[in-house]
Amino acid sequence: MTDAVKRTDGFAGQGDAFYEALIRAHRGLGEEDSAALNSRLVLILANQIGSLPVLTEALGLARASLAAAPSLAEAQRAGAPEPGAQD
Amino acid sequence: MTGHRRQPFPYRTPPELRGAPSVRRPVVVIGAGPVGLTCAIDLALHGIPVLVLDDNDVVSVGSRAICWAKRTLEIWDRIGIGDRMVDKGVTWQVGRVFHGQRELYSFDLLPEPGHKMPAFINLQQYYVEEFLVERAGDLADLIDIRWRNEVTDHVQDQDGVTLSIATPDGGYSLRTDWVVAADGARSPTRSRMGLPFDGHVFEERFLIADVRMEAQFTNERLFWFAPPFHEGQSALLHKQPENVYRLDFQLGPEADPVREREPDRVEARVRAVVGDTPFALEWSSVYAFRCARLDRFVHGRVIFAGDSAHVVSPFGARGGNGGIQDADNLAWKLALVIREEARPALLDTYDEERGHAADENISASSRTTNFMTPKTRAERLFRDGVLALAGELPFARGLVNGGRLSVPARLEGMSLQTGPAGTGAGVAPGGACPDAPVQDGGGGASWLLGHLGTEFVLLLFLPPGAGPPELDVAAQLSPSVRVVVVGDGSAEIEGATVLRDPDGLARSRYGAMNGAAYLIRPDTHVAARFDRLDRCALAGALARASARHRQRAVEAVP
Ligand SMILES: Cc1cc2nc3c(=O)[nH]c(=O)nc-3n(C[C@H](O)[C@H](O)[C@H](O)COP(=O)(O)OP(=O)(O)OC[C@H]3O[C@@H](n4cnc5c(N)ncnc54)[C@H](O)[C@@H]3O)c2cc1C
Repeated sequence: MTDAVKRTDGFAGQGDAFYEALIRAHRGLGEEDSAALNSRLVLILANQIGSLPVLTEALGLARASLAAAPSLAEAQRAGAPEPGAQD
Repeated sequence: MTGHRRQPFPYRTPPELRGAPSVRRPVVVIGAGPVGLTCAIDLALHGIPVLVLDDNDVVSVGSRAICWAKRTLEIWDRIGIGDRMVDKGVTWQVGRVFHGQRELYSFDLLPEPGHKMPAFINLQQYYVEEFLVERAGDLADLIDIRWRNEVTDHVQDQDGVTLSIATPDGGYSLRTDWVVAADGARSPTRSRMGLPFDGHVFEERFLIADVRMEAQFTNERLFWFAPPFHEGQSALLHKQPENVYRLDFQLGPEADPVREREPDRVEARVRAVVGDTPFALEWSSVYAFRCARLDRFVHGRVIFAGDSAHVVSPFGARGGNGGIQDADNLAWKLALVIREEARPALLDTYDEERGHAADENISASSRTTNFMTPKTRAERLFRDGVLALAGELPFARGLVNGGRLSVPARLEGMSLQTGPAGTGAGVAPGGACPDAPVQDGGGGASWLLGHLGTEFVLLLFLPPGAGPPELDVAAQLSPSVRVVVVGDGSAEIEGATVLRDPDGLARSRYGAMNGAAYLIRPDTHVAARFDRLDRCALAGALARASARHRQRAVEAVP
């Protein structure tokens, strides 16, 4: 396992099928349950990845793509509320 | 105004209503849309007389389909009308996907040279139908198209089908061995038989507007998620011939279709895209789409093709293009059955192969429609997440789904194909034959696909430096097999078409650097690939590809 987040396509042609499965998994769930499903999914996948440097980089990339939100580094410097506690 | 003039096709009193006796037909095609016409022409090229009945006397009103894929163009080229379509159409191969004002990525559907047909053309459906009708006219001794002949009833028994037909001069009936029901998405044939047409209706509404204007858009497919000119929704733009542009606006599930069709409202939406450019609204319509299919396409002597058998949402251009592949798949099988060179069991493989293709098309176009129209907060968050990441992270671009465009069906592993045989190189059995530039014996340039199709073909790539091949292997088989040899020399070979491969593209696309032999189906799908050719292997593959040993799985009459 390398210590950098994979940026290129890793779905080997199955991206649309994965996306469909992801959306299906949420079908029939309320917002609360959907969010809960996502958090569990993140934990399962994080364990699958296992590498802390990769996971930290992934967290940073995801956070950075939330245009309006302060970056993870800024938030930590400012002692801001945990990500997700604002809304 | 330039553009398309809508001339009605002439109605003539059918001979049956002028006192002529009713002649039994081998096959009647119901519906002169793109699918029925393509099928009729293909059948005629197999020597089968065809009667086409259409309840109308004009080509498709409004543009409807515009995007015609490479495979469709290759099929039309095989039946003699490909160049006409391409000459008139707007050729394109690049698509661009935007999020807001930002271009996320672009794709090229045909990044290599050496193909006769382009990745896509855009051509209004009314031109397509008009050209097909003209082509059918070249074959007038075999194709009889009767306008304003509406099929109002049909009854099938063991031996044939009796059709009831209404015309302006009254009704008549006739007998036929086979019926191809290419009567469109609302297929009266399907309803009359009470066949369920199950699937999924999308609640989202879309506005489609064709506008004529002198604009600077390139011939690329432009797709926007949340463009500045159409807040929060998606939009699609295509260029058509004669300065007509198609704009497709997502409207949301709540949109009022009547209000959205009002010219002022439509023009305001167009205005937001084109700014000050003067334009004229040619045609517009508000749609909701569905994906649905018949469980089976073959019901005794009645065979469904095109929209009557399956419908999809239009993102990906899989409706009409799928239907043309139906016609291509069906015509040779039906012709062999009519000529008694194959058993009716061959038609079950039409259902097998095109049913599989319909499932693929439904899956692809449903995924696109779902991506475009998130229905829950979770779906929207994932969709927006993909879009947000797509700028920075290439993997996310692959998940952005603004349309997965029509491709040839892959028929690997299905009953007619022999294989996987050979080394695994080249085109696997079931794949559609790729094109390549070739030279004929006299040095004249032509295209490989032009030498394949309509009959079974043994396509033989000679190994470098090989002597003349033994062609006895292909002699006196049934159905007959034409031989096409690709070699280095231009010496004539008795009983074969000899081609050269000046750029080596044919050899490389068919994985035949050291020679190879293919049995090619009449619809230019590979039936079998042989490393070593012998008569026994070829005859076996041919028997399989024409369902010689197959019993009919589904009994004739329901
Ligand atoms: C807005 C829109 C955009 C589209 N864009 C594309 C695209 O870009 N690319 C693409 O590939 N597809 C596209 N499609 C789909 C495409 O238009 C259809 O798949 C195609 O028209 C199907 O052809 P068909 O011959 O099966 O049916 P049709 O074109 O519907 O033809 C059926 C014919 O049967 C006749 N008929 C019906 N009942 C009877 C009867 N009882 N007796 C005699 N005749 C009868 C009708 O008059 C008609 O002529 C689009 C569709 C829409 C609505």
